[in-house]
Amino acid sequence: MSSEYILRVEDIHKNFGDREILHGISFDVKRGETIVFIGPSGTGKSTLLRCINQLTEPDRGRVFLDDEEITNCGLRICGYRQRIGMVFQNFNLFDHLTAVENVEIAPVKVRKMKKEDARAKAMEELRRVGMADWADHYPAELSGGQAQRVSIARCLAMDPEVILFDEPTSALDPELTREVLEVMKDLARTGMTMLVVTHEMGFARSMATRVIFMESGQIIEQGPPSEIMNNPQHPRTREFIGRIEH
Amino acid sequence: MEVLAILLEWGPYLLGGIAVTLGLVLSALALGFLLGLPLALGQVYGSRLVSTLVSVYVWFFRGLPILVLLFLFYFGIFPALGLDVPAFVIGAVVLGLRGAAYQSQIFRGGIQSVAEGQMTAALSLGMTKWTAVQAIILPQALRISLPGWSNEYPELLTDSAVCYAIGVMELLTRASQIVSQTYVTMPVYLVCALIFIALNYGGMYMIRRTEEHFAIPGFGNQEVRS
Repeated sequence: MSSEYILRVEDIHKNFGDREILHGISFDVKRGETIVFIGPSGTGKSTLLRCINQLTEPDRGRVFLDDEEITNCGLRICGYRQRIGMVFQNFNLFDHLTAVENVEIAPVKVRKMKKEDARAKAMEELRRVGMADWADHYPAELSGGQAQRVSIARCLAMDPEVILFDEPTSALDPELTREVLEVMKDLARTGMTMLVVTHEMGFARSMATRVIFMESGQIIEQGPPSEIMNNPQHPRTREFIGRIEH
Repeated sequence: MEVLAILLEWGPYLLGGIAVTLGLVLSALALGFLLGLPLALGQVYGSRLVSTLVSVYVWFFRGLPILVLLFLFYFGIFPALGLDVPAFVIGAVVLGLRGAAYQSQIFRGGIQSVAEGQMTAALSLGMTKWTAVQAIILPQALRISLPGWSNEYPELLTDSAVCYAIGVMELLTRASQIVSQTYVTMPVYLVCALIFIALNYGGMYMIRRTEEHFAIPGFGNQEVRS
């Protein structure tokens, strides 16, 4: 029987040199939640996401995926990372592979899936993000929005239980942003657990089950979007929301 | 006319040197690749000790004149190891070890110019670092390295003539033998030079075809398909 919480983050600390980026972040994530992290730039939101899948090792604190500790687990982290997808601001598609090869490579190399099965799975995920017609194109031939949708498909091909979105639309113009947000909204509706760092307040308002406001490496305030965005309690949250919505 | 007759008579012997010269060049290229790539990986991903050892290796093989290296191995290292091998093998090994030093730096540059996000994304999908290097980093790094790497062929081809000094029966050695037998000097060396030029041209042609074969639209200096 799996626990109610798919992800638990306990007291994460991270320093880069003398600079303390995260001091003591804790929160739990239920299955199917869409959590949106907001806050000023340089607040440690991206670092926090990277501390969850251990791309950055936290100095202190623990992370649990479905009650299993994934901090300090050595090479087993590769197994956990298969269950935690990540989408990056700069897409990070593999430049030497076509769209469909980008999506199938992890199932083939990591899951040892048969090439035909992986190809079928990859095409299915590309269809899901509306990119099947672009399967044979290389990343350099795609627009930013298309590239980001392929990177979401690449993530989905591993059947993750949680997906971390690290400012997925920050490198995109408004029109391309919309096409990526549509894909993310579809995902959220299917019950995917999502942690999203974004400045898209519209997405937060409409899709988040919870909004977490961070500043200076700390969680200042959290709650349903209606509360955080319409009636923030903390003066710093109020100031940030006021600044960003006007 | 007499010169022509001599050239025709000795031609087959001289041409036989092509196989030896190409043998030297191709074995040295292969050895340089097989050793140079792990050296580059060691320098980029290895511990500080490994990376230092690679630097020392590179410093040694790039720092000495090739003739000095050749003599060191021919008169010193191989006899000291009790290895009685043909001069050809010593020549190929020295050219290969030296080529590995140069190739390692070409590959290191290639590996380091692959964007950091490529490794990050690979790890985020659950790949081990080694899988990521094999499946994601190297295919890109090798493509990036290919133009620089293609210089290794003409370099080795011209350097291979130095094996004359230890009596490997390559093109220059044979040309010199013909000269001392027939006293025909310039025409023989001229033919020898023409053969080197032809080998150089042919090899570069094949390397260019290889580059085209592995080209990816929008990758490196390739144009995007419209």
